[in-house]
Amino acid sequence: MNNATLLLDDPGWIITLKALIVFVVCVFLTIMSVWGERRIVARMQMRVGPNRVGKFGLIQALADGVKLALKEDLIPAAADKVVFIIAPIISATAAFMAFAVMPLTGPVNFFGEETVMQLTDLPVGVLYVLAIASVGVYGIVLAGWSSGSTYPLLGGLRSSAQVISYEIAMGLSLVAVFIYSGSMSTSAIVQAQQDTWWYGLVLFPSFVIYAISMVGETNRAPFDLAEAEGELVGGFHTEYSSLKFALFFLAEYVNIIAVSALATTLFLGGYHAIPGLGFTEQWLGGWFTLIWFFIKVLFFFFIFVWLRGTLPRLRYDQFMQFGWKVLIPVSLLWILVVATLRIISTTSQSRVVTFGFAGVVVLVVLGISTAFENSKNKRTSVVHPEPAAPDFAVPSLPSEITTINVSQQGGDRG
Amino acid sequence: MQPLLTIQGPEAALFWILAPLSVAAALGMLLVKKAVHSALLLAWVMITLAIFYIAQGAAFLGVVQVIVYTGAVMMLFLFILMLVGVDSSDSLTETITGLRPIAITAAVGLGGLLVSLLGRATLGREPVGLEAANASGNVEGLAALLFSTYVFPFEVVSALLITAALGAMVLAHHQRTNPRPSQREQAINRFRSGSLAGAAGLPGPGVFARHNAVDVPALLPDGTPAPSSISATLKARGNVLDSGQFQLDNVDTTVVEEK
Repeated sequence: MNNATLLLDDPGWIITLKALIVFVVCVFLTIMSVWGERRIVARMQMRVGPNRVGKFGLIQALADGVKLALKEDLIPAAADKVVFIIAPIISATAAFMAFAVMPLTGPVNFFGEETVMQLTDLPVGVLYVLAIASVGVYGIVLAGWSSGSTYPLLGGLRSSAQVISYEIAMGLSLVAVFIYSGSMSTSAIVQAQQDTWWYGLVLFPSFVIYAISMVGETNRAPFDLAEAEGELVGGFHTEYSSLKFALFFLAEYVNIIAVSALATTLFLGGYHAIPGLGFTEQWLGGWFTLIWFFIKVLFFFFIFVWLRGTLPRLRYDQFMQFGWKVLIPVSLLWILVVATLRIISTTSQSRVVTFGFAGVVVLVVLGISTAFENSKNKRTSVVHPEPAAPDFAVPSLPSEITTINVSQQGGDRG
Repeated sequence: MQPLLTIQGPEAALFWILAPLSVAAALGMLLVKKAVHSALLLAWVMITLAIFYIAQGAAFLGVVQVIVYTGAVMMLFLFILMLVGVDSSDSLTETITGLRPIAITAAVGLGGLLVSLLGRATLGREPVGLEAANASGNVEGLAALLFSTYVFPFEVVSALLITAALGAMVLAHHQRTNPRPSQREQAINRFRSGSLAGAAGLPGPGVFARHNAVDVPALLPDGTPAPSSISATLKARGNVLDSGQFQLDNVDTTVVEEK
């Protein structure tokens, strides 16, 4: 029995309850992940992080939320009022809606009803998530425009260009998953990975491309050019305060959780246990799969924080070049390879053709990368003429120093 | 005569809530003054259409409608609108006389044509063949049609779209006469140029401890203002203050001794 048929006989009250649970889980995860992010980043920067409010500072994010809600709500005089108010609502709503198609558990007993923790199972579930994500960007773009000032407008425009570019790479990285699983439904993809290996291994390049573009899609460091506090103050949310700002904040974190959940579903086997621990899926009457799911989601969340703590923000043109000139061509080529391999493996009996094709692909990739390296070497080996000596006093260059005062021991430089 | 359309339960509720909203948004799109509002209402109409598609069992069509039209096309449209005229409103004066009646006639004619055609095709007829078409799944059925029977028109349309996109790129692209220097090259050039005076960057504006706004030139050690510390744009606009008034000589520097 698959998820779609299990979900069909859900009574109305279960659907309502599930929708409520999805909402509560998202809000709870947001609060906890804000705390978690601050603690992890603090650890990476040799600080302590929030540790005053509650045990380990656990309710710091909640306290911040209350503070945020009690702040004065400003609407700039130059703002387009209606759009200014609608924008954060669009952003937050879209973020939550993506969670509707995520299968959080295997079959479980939910108040006496055999079901799965998944709100609905669309045959085009993954495309639905992409569609909702593209609606969510409206929130950011409109916030930028309606604020009626320069920095937010620039942030909004950056964000729209960014999301359009990275959505293409993201969509292309998903195509390989569709080809291999033969479905676009989230639950069917999870099921298909049980028959083979996780797609994160089988389709490793797709996984990498998705992982990169999901950071770009959620406007997170090092791709947070829409906010870019160093250059655009706060980007699209510069003029926002109080609850409206809180909605953007909420949307950002729910989005992170949602793209992490999608990555888990598509590439890391969804709610299933890691191979070898399959027996744990029966624990707690199947509810243990929920724990597996969130372990994987939090793993991705940790990667998000890790990236933020490690990498500086990209320059805008480098970011766009990376998207259009690297990610998209690479994923197009990869799809070509995947589709060909799929056709070969389904039509021909012998493995020789498959391995032969794979060998040719490896050779071509090696050839291209060698050619790239060569041209790079050629470019960097240009010799520059020595500059003329400046017309003011400068310290002598190390190569010109002939005598150096060193201590008695290591005097090998003379 | 049998009932023409039978929609019940949730679908009927969905229809009666969304259909008026959709029509109102479509009318609003024509009537609002700001171009961005108009584009937004158009996006809303597209989203409601997508919801209708999904409610009628065409999940793929609905989702693709949102991704392609609402997501990409409308976003680009908004992008251009915001860049071209952030706050531009439509002028309602008729520049060429007699254009309005022609436009209204054409619009009514096209509307009438569409309504009559769609009406003749759907009203009073039971839809047939949906089950057979979706036998192996909605997406699979669509793919089988697109990539077998209609593969030639499909490829022709995609070639047309790619040509249009490339054409737009070629038309909008302007060729630089010399390559743009990269950050690295700029840094190298600063150090390799005749003087090293500007190698570490130009002086910042403002008079230390007195006035640090961008519109005031910095003072050099001898008390003269440094013109290179001010943005060329501000200079061209004439938005530059005289830094002389912030010189230490001109202000009262007598310190009251605390006893």
